[in-house]
Amino acid sequence: MQVQTHVDIHSEWGIVAARQAGRKLAREIGFGSVDQARITTAISELARNIYLYANKGQIQIEEATSAGKRGIKIIATDQGPGIKEIRRVMEDGFTTSGGLGAGLPGVKRLMDDFDIDSELKVGTTITAIKWLR
Amino acid sequence: MRIPILKLHDYLLISVQVELDDQTALQFQEDVLEKIHEEGSRGVVIDLTSVDMIDSFIAKVLGDVVDMSNLMGARVVLTGIQPAVAITLIDMGIVLDDVPTALDLEQGLDRLQLELED
Ligand SMILES: Nc1ncnc2c1ncn2[C@@H]1O[C@H](COP(=O)(O)OP(=O)(O)OP(=O)(O)O)[C@@H](O)[C@H]1O
Ligand SMILES: [Mg+2]
Repeated sequence: MQVQTHVDIHSEWGIVAARQAGRKLAREIGFGSVDQARITTAISELARNIYLYANKGQIQIEEATSAGKRGIKIIATDQGPGIKEIRRVMEDGFTTSGGLGAGLPGVKRLMDDFDIDSELKVGTTITAIKWLR
Repeated sequence: MRIPILKLHDYLLISVQVELDDQTALQFQEDVLEKIHEEGSRGVVIDLTSVDMIDSFIAKVLGDVVDMSNLMGARVVLTGIQPAVAITLIDMGIVLDDVPTALDLEQGLDRLQLELED
């Protein structure tokens, strides 16, 4: 059975809803408390980036399977401005908003697989997967 | 949502028991500073035992509360950070620089006493 949920992000409440949905699914898939915290935090970062930089978008969370492995996949999509300095955003501390600049490099370290697809004036899709150990 | 702030002699005691959405976190920051000012508090213990996630935004708000309180002359101790939260913060590369921490509220109060002695 494939489990998946969508959360629309168009306000701060969407950020909370996305991380609650993520924690629930992570628990159901069988992740322990530390990985649940990692996954929830990663979702929070991606959802907040959507809200801050693109105003609105969507977080899709689903069960992932590959070659006998099971995990959780987060897909964060928006039709916002796209990421201008795509190389720099993965540096710790890079921010255009006075944040810590810890979000995207943090998500990459919290999760196992990480991919950014961003086009200026078209939007951004970030995909991240955590595998069960 | 408002996080209750208790006063105990010269100290403020806060136990964060709600999901920290952005509004709540910012309101909390403001309330703590107001209360320090009103009560002339010398120390603040913020207990995070019930907090199951700290992302970069909440980390920044907490770090700012500590810095702003210090500026006002009050010391802040964070207590009860869950193992999963500590691990996640380290993974994220977020260091709460120079923030005094303790295991629980009781030890937090002891820590404050020490901080304020020297
Ligand atoms: N979905 C997005 N659309 C457009 N730009 C984005 C998006 N996500 C991130 N960015 C850009 O990438 C930068 C780095 O993002 P990152 O999440 O790492 O840090 P931050 O959001 O600035 O701060 P923090 O997450 O620590 O609060 C942002 O400042 C922003 O310029
Ligand atoms: Mg961010």
